[in-house]
Amino acid sequence: MSYHSFLLEPISCHAWNKDRTQIALCPNNHEVHIYKKDGNNWSKIHVLKEHNGQVTGIDWAPESNRIVTCGTDRNAYVWTLKGDVWKPTLVILRINRAARCVKWSPKENKFAVGSGSRLISVCYFEQDNDWWVCKHIKKPIRSTILCLDWHPNNILLAAGSCDFKCRIFSAYIKEVEEKPAPTAWGSKMPFGEVMFESTGTSGWVHGVCFSDSGNRVAWASHDSTVAVAEGGKTAVCASLTSETLPLLCVTFITENSLVAAGHDCYPVLFVYDSNKAAMSFGGKLDVPKQSAQKGMTARERFQNLDKKATTDSKEAVLESVHKNSISQISILNGGKAQCAKFCTTGMDGGMAIWDVKTLESAMKDLKIV
Amino acid sequence: MAKNTLSSRFRKVDIDEFDENKFVDDHDEAADQQGPDAVEIDRDMMAALHIALRNPPINSKNPAIKERAQAAVLRVLTSFKSSDIEPAVKSLDKNGVDLLMKYIYKGFERPTENSSAILLQWHEKAFAVGGLGSIVRVMTARKTV
Repeated sequence: MSYHSFLLEPISCHAWNKDRTQIALCPNNHEVHIYKKDGNNWSKIHVLKEHNGQVTGIDWAPESNRIVTCGTDRNAYVWTLKGDVWKPTLVILRINRAARCVKWSPKENKFAVGSGSRLISVCYFEQDNDWWVCKHIKKPIRSTILCLDWHPNNILLAAGSCDFKCRIFSAYIKEVEEKPAPTAWGSKMPFGEVMFESTGTSGWVHGVCFSDSGNRVAWASHDSTVAVAEGGKTAVCASLTSETLPLLCVTFITENSLVAAGHDCYPVLFVYDSNKAAMSFGGKLDVPKQSAQKGMTARERFQNLDKKATTDSKEAVLESVHKNSISQISILNGGKAQCAKFCTTGMDGGMAIWDVKTLESAMKDLKIV
Repeated sequence: MAKNTLSSRFRKVDIDEFDENKFVDDHDEAADQQGPDAVEIDRDMMAALHIALRNPPINSKNPAIKERAQAAVLRVLTSFKSSDIEPAVKSLDKNGVDLLMKYIYKGFERPTENSSAILLQWHEKAFAVGGLGSIVRVMTARKTV
């Protein structure tokens, strides 16, 4: 488990390259900084300046080594490395509000951008015109799209929105791919078709994630709940309300376990049992710091009672690794099936890398199924 | 001066009603949600609490029903002894605690002389069980009690 503080400002979004030696992140401004790991330190090797507004989403395609960024200036750029310089290509998204999130598809021939214009732009490269073209998914989205995740079949796209729903859409583009085989979510998949729409949870959907097989989708919403839906003849939904502050990002680390993190500043494990179609809380995944227990003098006790109306001696200092909300979580090693390491970045400008094996041995009751 | 400054009827138009992008909640039919039956409440306190929390008028758009439900629940909450509050909260399940929080916050909106103190005690006990999540759910729920 390691923690590195990059900045004092929040990290808006981040993305790793294929061999996890470089990280691209947005330091809460219009630029994207790429840092390279050398030894224990991180050195800034590139600065990508093209956006006119804050960069809200970055994704780095591992195989083709292209970076796509999107920002509040309603644009997206695809960056390719030419020699030692990253060259941008503008993508016209045809949106009139800010772009919020962007994700490459698994085959890297398309990417999807969620925006405040209540639509998803699915962009693909048109060879004839040498130009990125986009198609819109509009119905039945009624508010900003906050998060996206692709199904491994390169066709289905899960989107979490501010209209309190998590939906799975088909983003099938006939110009770049074949007709898809039937999946657990349905067999007819024309572009823009809604394969699944969530019910039951309220609150903006902050984070969404498909499992490795694509048969399950998990989402975290602002009413402090996490839910998992399993595709099938009738989609089975299981949700868990939690006693903590809302979670902002969620990811599967095995087919049955999820890690989520949010405003409580530490990652949390959830386990999904498909036989009972129920979710349970697995444990808090933070390394506990041994805080020295000081005795309180009688004077301090009365002062506390007077000032804070409580006799608790707890200090108002966060004991977690991150000192502010965690906004994004990404898998480093092992994929979503057998994740070995994952990384979190947050509003405190720091990035923490968590090792699943060490966490499992450190927390006694933790079981990652 | 231009002629159209004479009439100010346009100021009474609610422009948001005509906004084509306006968000409209899904309609769930209210059916028989009449709120708890006020008569049964006077007996055993614990049972009274459970009865009061049954059938919350969540889907109903009728303010009278909501008022009645709120009054009934408030009556039960204020007639509890301070020492009985904690076991009562412990006897509720997760949804019950969330519902109780909703009623507590609704009660905060219209304070009377005695209600705030009692409600604060209920709030402390419910918070110990439900945590910040239950309060977040009160704030984010589209359908209020």
